Amino acid sequence: MEIKVLFMILISTIFINNYVLSQMLGLCPFCGVSKKIDSAIGMGVAVIFVMGMASFITYLAYKYLLVPYEIVYLRTLTFILIIASLVQLVEMIIEKTSPPLYQALGIFLPLITTNCAILGVTVLNIESGFITAELGLLKTVVQGIGAGIGFTLALLLMAGIRERLEAADVPENLKGLPITFIVAGLLALAFLGFSGMKI
Amino acid sequence: MKYLQLIINGIWHRNPVLIIGIGLCPTLAVTTSVSNALWMTLAATFVLVSSNILVSSIKNIVPSHIRIPIFITIIAAFVIVVELTLKAFQPEVDKALGIFIPLIVVNCIILGRAEEFAQKNTIISSLFDGIGMGLGLGFALILLALFREVLGANKLLGYTLFPGMEPSLMMIMAPGAFFTLAFILWAMNAIKYRQNK
Repeated sequence: MEIKVLFMILISTIFINNYVLSQMLGLCPFCGVSKKIDSAIGMGVAVIFVMGMASFITYLAYKYLLVPYEIVYLRTLTFILIIASLVQLVEMIIEKTSPPLYQALGIFLPLITTNCAILGVTVLNIESGFITAELGLLKTVVQGIGAGIGFTLALLLMAGIRERLEAADVPENLKGLPITFIVAGLLALAFLGFSGMKI
Repeated sequence: MKYLQLIINGIWHRNPVLIIGIGLCPTLAVTTSVSNALWMTLAATFVLVSSNILVSSIKNIVPSHIRIPIFITIIAAFVIVVELTLKAFQPEVDKALGIFIPLIVVNCIILGRAEEFAQKNTIISSLFDGIGMGLGLGFALILLALFREVLGANKLLGYTLFPGMEPSLMMIMAPGAFFTLAFILWAMNAIKYRQNK
C-alpha cells in the first residue's frame, strides 16, 4: 500500500507537477545550462543529489529543531543556510573522494545554492504536511528525488531541442532568450496533458 | 541627478528581468493577475531596498571571503519580516503568492545587487539603486500580468472586462507565462535593434 503512495508521489512530481514546466521553479539554470546535453546531464545529476539530501536534512531540522523550540518562523532562514552549507560540503566531499565526478559536476554545484527549485522543494515538503504523516521522512525524500528527476527531464528535453535550434534559421531578434521561452511554452503545453492523468 | 539616473537605469537600461534576464521564476509564476504582481513587487522591493541599505552600511566590516553567506542571511531575515507581515495583515495575498514569498531569498536580483552594487557604493546610492531595480521588476511583472489577466481571465484588477467572452485559460497557466515573456523579450530585442541601427 505504501509502495503505491510513494509511486504516486514520484509520478506526480515528475510529470503532473513538473517543477520547471508547470510550477515554474528553477528557471535560471533551465535557461542557462540547457545549451548542451552533456552539461544538462551534469547539472541534472547534481540537482537530483542535492534535492534528495536537502529534503532529508531539512525534514529532520524542521521536525526535531524548529517545531520543539517553537521557532517555525525561522524556516526560510534555516533552510537556505542548510542548503548553502550542504552544497559546500558535498562539493568538498566529491572533490576529495572522486576527482572524475568532481570534474563533471564541480562547476554546477555552486550554482545550485541559488536554484530556487531546491528551496522550493524543501518548503513544499513542509507544506504538503509530511511532517505529521506516517513514513513522512521517506515520502519527503521520494518527493525531493522526484522533483530532481522532473527537473532533469525538462532540462534534457530543452537541451535536445536547443542543440537542434543551433542549425535552424531563427529570426535575428528572436535569438537567445525569446526563442528559448517559446520552446519552453510548447513543452509546458505538452506537459499540461499530464494534468488529466488519474492515479 | 545621479540618483535619478540610477532609478532610470533600473527601470529601463539595466532592467533586471527584461534586459539582464534574471529573477525569472517569480516573474512567471506570480503574474497570473495584476494585483498579485503588485504585491510581489512591493514585497521584493522592500527586501531589495532594505538589504541594499544594510549591506552597503556594513560593507567595510564584512570579510570578503564569507560575504555571500552574510548577504544571504541578511536577505533571509528581511524575507521573514515580509512573510510574517503578510501572514498577519494580508492572509489572502499570502495564500495567493504561496511559496514565492519565501523564495524571494533566492531571487538572483537581490543577491546580485548586494554583490554588484551595494557592497561597493554609498548608502544613499544603494537606496536609489534598490528603488530603481524594484521599479524595473515591477514594470516587467505588471506588463506580463496585464496581458495574462486580460487574455486568460477576461478581468482587470478583479473586474470583468467583456461580459460573455470566454477567456483562454491557457494564458493563466504555465504555457501562457512562457509565451507572454517570449513575446515581450522579442519586442525588447526589436526595440534595441532599431536603436542601434
